[in-house]
Amino acid sequence: MKSARVVYQGRTHSATERDGQLLLDDGRVAAFDAVSWLPPLAPTAQPRTILALGLNYADHAKELEFKAPEEPLVFLKGENALTGHRQATPRPPDVQFMHYECELTIVIGKNAKKVRRSDAYDFIAGYTVANDYAIRDYLENWYRPNLRVKNRDRTTPLGPWLVDAADVPDPMALALRTTVNGKVTQSGNTRDMIFDAPFLVEYFSSFMTLRPGDLILTGTPDGVVDCRPGDVVVTEIERVGALMNTIE
Amino acid sequence: MSIGSLRTVYGTLLNFRAEFEAWAPKMSEPPYKAPPKAPVLYIKPANTWSADGAAIVVPSTVADVEIGATVAMVMGAPGQVAGYVLMNDLSVPHASYFRPPVRFKCLDGFLGVGNTLLPAAGADPSRFVLEVRINGDLRQTLSFDKLMRNPQQLLADVSEFMTLGAGDALMLGVDAGRPRAKAGDHIDIRGAGLGSLSNQLVAEAA
Repeated sequence: MKSARVVYQGRTHSATERDGQLLLDDGRVAAFDAVSWLPPLAPTAQPRTILALGLNYADHAKELEFKAPEEPLVFLKGENALTGHRQATPRPPDVQFMHYECELTIVIGKNAKKVRRSDAYDFIAGYTVANDYAIRDYLENWYRPNLRVKNRDRTTPLGPWLVDAADVPDPMALALRTTVNGKVTQSGNTRDMIFDAPFLVEYFSSFMTLRPGDLILTGTPDGVVDCRPGDVVVTEIERVGALMNTIE
Repeated sequence: MSIGSLRTVYGTLLNFRAEFEAWAPKMSEPPYKAPPKAPVLYIKPANTWSADGAAIVVPSTVADVEIGATVAMVMGAPGQVAGYVLMNDLSVPHASYFRPPVRFKCLDGFLGVGNTLLPAAGADPSRFVLEVRINGDLRQTLSFDKLMRNPQQLLADVSEFMTLGAGDALMLGVDAGRPRAKAGDHIDIRGAGLGSLSNQLVAEAA
């Protein structure tokens, strides 16, 4: 099953897909373009923890002139950064390099503390797609990647769907690709991750408790290019979904 | 002020003058290569939050914990500070500021949060003075008239790239000379008008 959260006629609904349309929680049906899409996540009482990986594909690490890390390079994001499918993300004026990052995103399903790798999948509720934009002009070598690069408002589209883990039998063998204005600019496969999903659940839960609704953005492969205002960027992962965003 | 009303809690690196000056000789060398321009921030996620009076568990793998006494601005709305609250930003000591410090700063319970919100109206953050005691001994005194960016400037420079909304908090930074403590120690932070924040460090159960 896959679920979404949308605003339709001024009210927020959870929804599922039926025959290429949205079946809302009140029984009505709405077209994909008749709603405003939110990140596909139920609200949490406390702010969700959003962990994101850098340099987690060997080819991307090489592209950025880094040797592959020996331990995960991880940073956190605030909820201000999230936005939904079919929304717009601002490109600051006067920057030279703003690029997308297509990332398989793990949604935690239950409290996870000191979870072993062999049990890790039991703690994953499902998966969604993130586009973790970076504005490279603002990179500084202090807590890099610094928040000015990675935590700007609405720079992390998420969605369209939360796909149940049961419907993604092998999350470590999914094709990813990104198109800009219909042209393929990035392609890869989750099998090329340096630190895979079970490792990451084990690693993070070794020192912090992950809770339902927390997110792990697992990094992006090779092939990032600059995006300009008006560009339509679709980040797509096999079995999980195609997330559309427009640069404004 | 209750922990339940907090949203995202941000910390600020290198915002005390003495801390900045201690780092200055290294700032132009690899891997940093240049002093920081914009505010350098990090996040203390909800799993780190400990209420005043709560015990904080120190994992058996951690010998010493660095005590990061500070004050956070708590937002009432974008651009509007509701008030100020004591925080104890605990860290596993680490020598490098190159990579985000998640495994040093995001351990369960590693952020003490005071329960007194000093309303922003009429408060003068430049006059805040904190005293940090470990097992009753005064170990550090911090004066908030020695910041690189005062709260107003810090908020303006952060708001240039992201919005702090209602319930979000922004710590003003930790000073040089942070004391260390270990399981069994009692930490007490207090400041006039800000109340006190006390937490007991306890060893992880075997």
